[in-house]
Amino acid sequence: MSNIPADLKYLDSHEWARVESDGTVTIGISDHAQGALGDLVFVEVPEVGKSLTKGGAAAVVESVKAASDVYSPVSGEVVAANDALSGSPELVNSDPYGAGWLFKIKPSNNGELQQLLDAKAYEKVVADAAH
Amino acid sequence: MGLKTPLFDTHVAAGARMVDFGGWDMPVNYGSQIEEHHAVRRDAGMFDVSHMLIADVTGARVRDYLRYLLANDVAKLKDSGKALYSCMLNEQGGVVDDLIVYFINESWFRVVVNAGTRDKDIAWLKRFSDKFGVDIKPRTDLAMIAVQGPNARAKAATLIGKYADEALQLKTFVGRELGQYFIARTGYTGEDGWEVMLPVGEAPKFWSDLKAAGVAQCGLGARDTLRLEAGMNLYGNDMDEKLSPLESGLTWTVAFDPPERDFVGRAALEAQRAAGLKRKLVGLILDDRGVLRGHQRVVTPAGDGELTSGTFSPTMEKSIGFARVPVATGDRVEVDIRGKLLPARVVKYPFVRNGKPLVS
Repeated sequence: MSNIPADLKYLDSHEWARVESDGTVTIGISDHAQGALGDLVFVEVPEVGKSLTKGGAAAVVESVKAASDVYSPVSGEVVAANDALSGSPELVNSDPYGAGWLFKIKPSNNGELQQLLDAKAYEKVVADAAH
Repeated sequence: MGLKTPLFDTHVAAGARMVDFGGWDMPVNYGSQIEEHHAVRRDAGMFDVSHMLIADVTGARVRDYLRYLLANDVAKLKDSGKALYSCMLNEQGGVVDDLIVYFINESWFRVVVNAGTRDKDIAWLKRFSDKFGVDIKPRTDLAMIAVQGPNARAKAATLIGKYADEALQLKTFVGRELGQYFIARTGYTGEDGWEVMLPVGEAPKFWSDLKAAGVAQCGLGARDTLRLEAGMNLYGNDMDEKLSPLESGLTWTVAFDPPERDFVGRAALEAQRAAGLKRKLVGLILDDRGVLRGHQRVVTPAGDGELTSGTFSPTMEKSIGFARVPVATGDRVEVDIRGKLLPARVVKYPFVRNGKPLVS
């Protein structure tokens, strides 16, 4: 079973979002997503300063098996990107909710956060995908 | 629900990620695919290949039959146990399947064919069998485990008791029946090792004993990256019924000599050769970040081509692939990767053999 932390928000396309104390939102891919992709070999993160829209392609994670777009759960400006992933993409496999984070956004519309899935709803998405 | 090998429960209990492969539920990896790949290049790994079909072909005229059925020539097989890689063609010169054939004795040869094509292959084998009076017997009573890597034979030999010495003396591309085992020094990884056929009921114990002997369990994911590095074609990706071996980098497997030997597809191949080949299969290396994948478009001054297989090479730490391109293609091409044209180099393959990159 994959790990789905209760304190995060999710998209049904397997991204997670964490609202930090300074109001920024950290984004990554779920444990389920990294497991399905297998060993990651390249990660392309967005540039700091770039404007993203909710649901738009923001990053690319590429494993031995497949390349996959990562969608932004919220709109806003990229304020940080995890540059460590260019040399160590495997951090997304080993620590998807920690050292394997992808980028941080300063959200432009906090209302969008309310539309994301909670852990329980995302758990159902993962369970349904297994059948 | 897909078909299951005798090791299905073993894979599930080991936490393997199972996927559908040609109608079979097979392990794609047990954890990190890249670690499984390195285990085979550096030490020893094992694969459940029981989904492949073993068939015994018997009869007084079995050699004549196979000389007619296969594009390679089993007349090359003179010593008992010797194996040959060959394509089996249709009349248009397209590849019905690729296979390994073992010569056991003058009335008994053994073939091993792909899992996804087994029903079609049996029908094809039987289409010509009556004419030669040979019998085709699928050996569904046998499982097959490939043990591959520089230390694979030494580790596996500890499990076969009195047969160890004889098995360790097997030369490359030779197999032998040893008690309940048929052990062949063959594989699909570019490393030394064995493919072990054994009774279905013995397979789970043999697998767990290999694991205890320090052989890493490896899934189909690592099998694919290993075979690609080793420059070996995958049926359905790199060739199929609509493509001839001459367009698939497999000309070396077609025995045009002796000219008097007729084989299924020969006339079509000769016509293709006389007319001049339009396409060829080449190896590609991508130096940029990105991964070559099957079906990506290849752009060359001589026209477009297509990736047939592509992956990230764990040994070379960059992406490699095979592409079918116009014959006039030189040593540089571009590949359309997710909308961007990235430069790639055309190289000779295999890319990797016996743990070492052959190209850089």
